[in-house]
Amino acid sequence: MAEIIAWVTSPEFIVYASIVGVVFGGLQISAAVMVYAERKVAAFMQQRLGPMRVGPYGLLQPVADILKLFFKEELRPKAADAFLFTLAPIISVATAYVAFAPVPFGAPTTLFGLLDEPMALQVSDVNVAVLVIFAVASMGVYGIVLAGWASNSKYSLLGGLRSSAQMISYELAYGMSLATVVMFSGSMSLREIVDLQQGYWFGVIPKWYIFIQPIAFFVFACAGIAETNRAPFDFPEAEQELVAGYHTEYSSMRFAMFFMAEYINMVTVSAVAVNLFLGGWHGPFIPPEYGWLWFLIKLAFLLFCYLWLRWTLPRFRYDQLMSFGWKVLLPVATVNLLLTAAGVLYFGL
Amino acid sequence: MGSDALLFYIFAGAAVLGALLVVTQKNPVYSVLALIASFFGLSGLYVLLEAPFVAVVQIIIYAGAIMVLFLFTVMLLNVPREDAAEWDRAHPLYRPMAVRIGGALAILLALELGWALSRTAGLGGGVADEHPAVSSVAELGRVLFTDYMFAFEVTSILIIVAMVGAVVLAKKREE
Repeated sequence: MAEIIAWVTSPEFIVYASIVGVVFGGLQISAAVMVYAERKVAAFMQQRLGPMRVGPYGLLQPVADILKLFFKEELRPKAADAFLFTLAPIISVATAYVAFAPVPFGAPTTLFGLLDEPMALQVSDVNVAVLVIFAVASMGVYGIVLAGWASNSKYSLLGGLRSSAQMISYELAYGMSLATVVMFSGSMSLREIVDLQQGYWFGVIPKWYIFIQPIAFFVFACAGIAETNRAPFDFPEAEQELVAGYHTEYSSMRFAMFFMAEYINMVTVSAVAVNLFLGGWHGPFIPPEYGWLWFLIKLAFLLFCYLWLRWTLPRFRYDQLMSFGWKVLLPVATVNLLLTAAGVLYFGL
Repeated sequence: MGSDALLFYIFAGAAVLGALLVVTQKNPVYSVLALIASFFGLSGLYVLLEAPFVAVVQIIIYAGAIMVLFLFTVMLLNVPREDAAEWDRAHPLYRPMAVRIGGALAILLALELGWALSRTAGLGGGVADEHPAVSSVAELGRVLFTDYMFAFEVTSILIIVAMVGAVVLAKKREE
């Protein structure tokens, strides 16, 4: 017992626990911010004002939304499978949180000289980080499939099945684009991949992988949007055909958990994209100690792109989505992978 | 008991419990989920053996890809719950011969397990000390494409044959 107390009160543990807390809280807040941003961006694109009533410029709208969701009645269809109906949103939201664990978001910092040894801004530095993110992301699909099945409703089931078919199809292209970057950098640790993108060509162009591997970035972006079920690939919840897809029968906080999982997944995919292709926390003007600022700026830009796409592009048709995934994205990613392999092997890129 | 041993019992317990639930659940969807839980337990054991790559691949391939297809199939087929009343008489596993063969196999399995357990000296350290290849991705890839080249290629041919076979079976017959 004394050992445990000594361990819990040791500086390492406190530093580590605070990192976990920052990531956990940050993801939760980012979900709330994204809800607000989504409504505001949508409104501006449609020449409306968006939420304006709650707080100045409607800034307190997310708080109001959360309170409303808390006090709504929890409904469950009579014929639903009670255990899986409850488990499904938990799986969704838990995998969304876990997927962020190996993602670094800044150079090691001493917190302005507060600590003796620099601490890593990352929950856990796994040496197979890229694969861990991929593995956890592939677990997220269970939440959606089970929600669709357990609801015992046709719309939900169709939404769940569509989602699993879509995720399986796009996971391949997603994995291929990750493999390209891993092959090119020779590392599976996100931290090392980020550090390889330091410096500039000709003193101007940053050495980000997006400039060397634009095809891999394109494939990653498409597959990432499909993985997070966002427009124009948001079939699992296509309102016009499937009511609300897999979460048709969900209400109150269970519904909110699916919603939160979707936004957290967007943040994770964007954060991985920033690390793999946009040089992570490296950038001009800001001193390395404040690198996380660059990380946040890039992250915010990618998240804005998500919203931008959603309110600009119409949804594909389902067969178009499948043929795009299998007949365009996957071959392109495979050829790109082979070319990169040849380049690394023969030209030592 | 060290923390490694504690973690071993937790993961091993999860793996065994999951495997037991696979066969005892009446609803096939629950069986699939129990199998996923079992795979997670195995993956935890791989981490304890200092083979993180194998652990993650276990999750990506088995728990992620293959079990999603299992779940997909089970849901689409809409397999009904196994009924207890049918088990009493009509089930083929209830026939005397089936019971005898099953019993013999169970005894054989128990003997083999006992033999294997008698030969292990207890909980050892990570395999990384003896086989460094397992813990490093680069080393694993090198070994796979040099020492085990033949096995690797034969496996891939086997998978291609299986895929072609599945396509042929699924194709509509033109007459």
